[in-house]
Amino acid sequence: MEHQNCFHCGDNCDSEQIKYDDKLFCCNGCKTVYEIFSENDLTCYYDLQASPGSAPKEIQGKYDFLGQENIIEKLTEFNDGRIQIATLYIPHIHCSSCIWILENLNKLNKNITSSQVNFGKKTVRVTYNSEKSSLQEVVLLLSTIGYEPYISLDDFKTGKEDINRSLIYKLGVAGFAFGNVMFLSFPEYFKGGEFWLEQYKHLFRWLMFAFSLPVVFYAGRDYFTSAYKGLRAGILNIDVPIALGLVVLFVRSTVEIVLNLGAGFFDSLTGLVFFLLLGRFFQQRTYSFLSFERDYKSYFPIAITKISNGIEAPIQVYDIEKGDRLLIRNEELIPVDGILINGRAKIDYSFVTGESDPINKTSGDKLFAGGKQTTGVIEMEALKSVEQSYLTQLWSNDVFSKNKEDGFTTLTNTISKRFTIAVLIIAFVSTSYWLFTDSSKAMNVFTAVLIIVCPCAIALSAPFTLGNLLRIFGKLKFYLKNASVIEQLAAIDTIIFDKTGTITSNKQSSATYDGAVLSTSEGIQLKNTLRGSNHPLSRTLYDILDENNIITLNHFEEHLGKGIESEHQNDTMKIGSASFVGYDQDTSILNTTVHITSNDQYKGKYTFFNSYRKGLSKLFNNLKTDYDLVILSGDNAGEMENLEKLLPSKTKLIFNQKPNDKLEYIKYHQSEGAKILMIGDGLNDAGALAQSNVGIAISENVNVFSPACDAILDATKFNQLYKYIKASKQAIKIIKWSFVLSFFYNIIGLYFAVTGQLEPVIAAILMPLSSISIVAFTTLATNLIGRKLE
Amino acid sequence: MSAIYILLSISIVVAIGFFIAFVLAVRSGQFDDDYTPSVRMLFEDELVKENQKQTIKTKKIN
Repeated sequence: MEHQNCFHCGDNCDSEQIKYDDKLFCCNGCKTVYEIFSENDLTCYYDLQASPGSAPKEIQGKYDFLGQENIIEKLTEFNDGRIQIATLYIPHIHCSSCIWILENLNKLNKNITSSQVNFGKKTVRVTYNSEKSSLQEVVLLLSTIGYEPYISLDDFKTGKEDINRSLIYKLGVAGFAFGNVMFLSFPEYFKGGEFWLEQYKHLFRWLMFAFSLPVVFYAGRDYFTSAYKGLRAGILNIDVPIALGLVVLFVRSTVEIVLNLGAGFFDSLTGLVFFLLLGRFFQQRTYSFLSFERDYKSYFPIAITKISNGIEAPIQVYDIEKGDRLLIRNEELIPVDGILINGRAKIDYSFVTGESDPINKTSGDKLFAGGKQTTGVIEMEALKSVEQSYLTQLWSNDVFSKNKEDGFTTLTNTISKRFTIAVLIIAFVSTSYWLFTDSSKAMNVFTAVLIIVCPCAIALSAPFTLGNLLRIFGKLKFYLKNASVIEQLAAIDTIIFDKTGTITSNKQSSATYDGAVLSTSEGIQLKNTLRGSNHPLSRTLYDILDENNIITLNHFEEHLGKGIESEHQNDTMKIGSASFVGYDQDTSILNTTVHITSNDQYKGKYTFFNSYRKGLSKLFNNLKTDYDLVILSGDNAGEMENLEKLLPSKTKLIFNQKPNDKLEYIKYHQSEGAKILMIGDGLNDAGALAQSNVGIAISENVNVFSPACDAILDATKFNQLYKYIKASKQAIKIIKWSFVLSFFYNIIGLYFAVTGQLEPVIAAILMPLSSISIVAFTTLATNLIGRKLE
Repeated sequence: MSAIYILLSISIVVAIGFFIAFVLAVRSGQFDDDYTPSVRMLFEDELVKENQKQTIKTKKIN
């Protein structure tokens, strides 16, 4: 059968087809968006990219809270009573059509003066006239055209955030000074002794001095503070020898020009700082569309509807008190723990547990914060406030306030300790030697040693290797928070996996049939009955069953949350839960089952099993030789048998783990010296991800939120994990080799320094040469690794 | 006064001029988003196309 796709959103429109204007649409929503665009001459939207849109969702009443002054105040970045500017995060932004339509919002609403998209961050900055329009109106407009903004509790707190651009400024200052100083010191490189060069050399030298001032005191400032902090903490980090080198370079150069002894090393000084900052810049570039710092606030809504004395009014989530009666609409998140009062709840806890099948609740049942209502409107009574709810309490654990990098010594800092000690020994030995032979040169040699060994090349090895690998990983859909994650990843010895959503895929599962064989006509009826139902289990079962003829059912009824029944040529069929079909001998409580009766006669049941990600077995077999493997699941032990068959025998399987248990498990093993990589997906893994040495979140769609972690791995690349870990180990090897390379340069430099022959020109050649060759070596080597990964 | 003073001061003034331009560019946020402008630039034609009925000029473009 040929599939026809929606003109607006590109979805398959087999189930429903709407024809309008010679175009096919999958739903009325998509058609409406098209109508809006064509009325306003904005159909170019479809020329830029085929089917770029998304179907608008039901938003009735969802944004009522945007009418409240204090919420508007928090969400807008500029507000003078007439004009308001708000930056809204829109997850759907994904192509050039999106940029185009969002920057032409003023064609749809005259009160919007301008709108500007930041594609990388997926935000749109809207300026509008708040006298004639409102934030609510803008948000509603965006929602009706399929670009629903994501407004969460996080927006409420952060307010206006300043962008830190200091590194770019510093890099600019250092680069500017470096270029000018190079020009000015050029005449000094040729000892021609020409008259006019001699005459102006003082001017040139003082100009160089002037240029180097902002480099030392502004651009290089971080190295001094970091060295100072390191020394106070008793650590000889890499910034100690760098800061020492910078000070010596600056002082000696200044002394030289004051006493007219020579030209100084201003060229090397500015070049050094420039290269160092370049390395830092290279390493610091991150993925602006991903966030690694999310907690529950990014998931939770700002406001929710409260019912008091029959009146519905929006209330801020933080203001919810015990006993408040709340109205939760379809697709809204439950912000606090509570009890269901009214309505039929079908809660999707996938944010919390990673489990995708919604759970049915009836009035009187307890609801936990973090679940999403998926059918209709419900009323609930709050039992706790937001901060005290079961899920949110997890964040009060102090593991979330710790900075993981603090406890980790990078390879560079390990080496810099020995390096600094060695350098100081060499400096003092050679100085004392010269004190006895030619004391006039002693000070010269001392400073020369400290200048030439200034570990520029060492300091650049790690940033360029790791920075480049970070980029390569990013292309392969493995997004790391920062470069030090690679080093930590190379050091791990234990890997812990969450089960649901991590090693199992959310989308498909498999099922086995158990019971009396179904006749052909029963098979056809089963397939056709399932066809009409939208329940996830029905969809899965429908996909598993063989293709059958399509028949028309005489009667079809779906009993929400229970099952479906149908009638075809006097044959009735019931499909659903054990109680629905009237079967009371169901023994397996652990597994998800669907029971079938035909003409009120029990036939059998389908038992659903998790479907594991492709390549899972192979991945575990690859990993088992080098790592201890553990499965830490929040689920019951229903899948135990399956997992034992699938995974290497030494894999530990632990079930029924609450979020806090997972965290404690990791903590315990860390105290025994294990370096743990945790791989999880839901918010229930958030504590474990934070506690582990490296926490990787698996994500089916990286644009959808994932919990705070060190890295986000696209689910399709799950089976590549072993290769990624291996590549991280190779990166560490590359860094070690480039250390060897830079020691080689240091030895050459030291020869000149110790023998008292270090001329500025030698330093000016050696320093950039070593830096550039390190950069070239690391970049080439990491690209080689990257090619092997693809 | 020698020519070199004049040349030096001119060159430094020019250099500092460019440096100020750089700082202003960073401050205005030009380096914050390095992708969207490259796409936005290509939209000029589409915007003109809407006014097709009013202007003759655009007909040549299409």
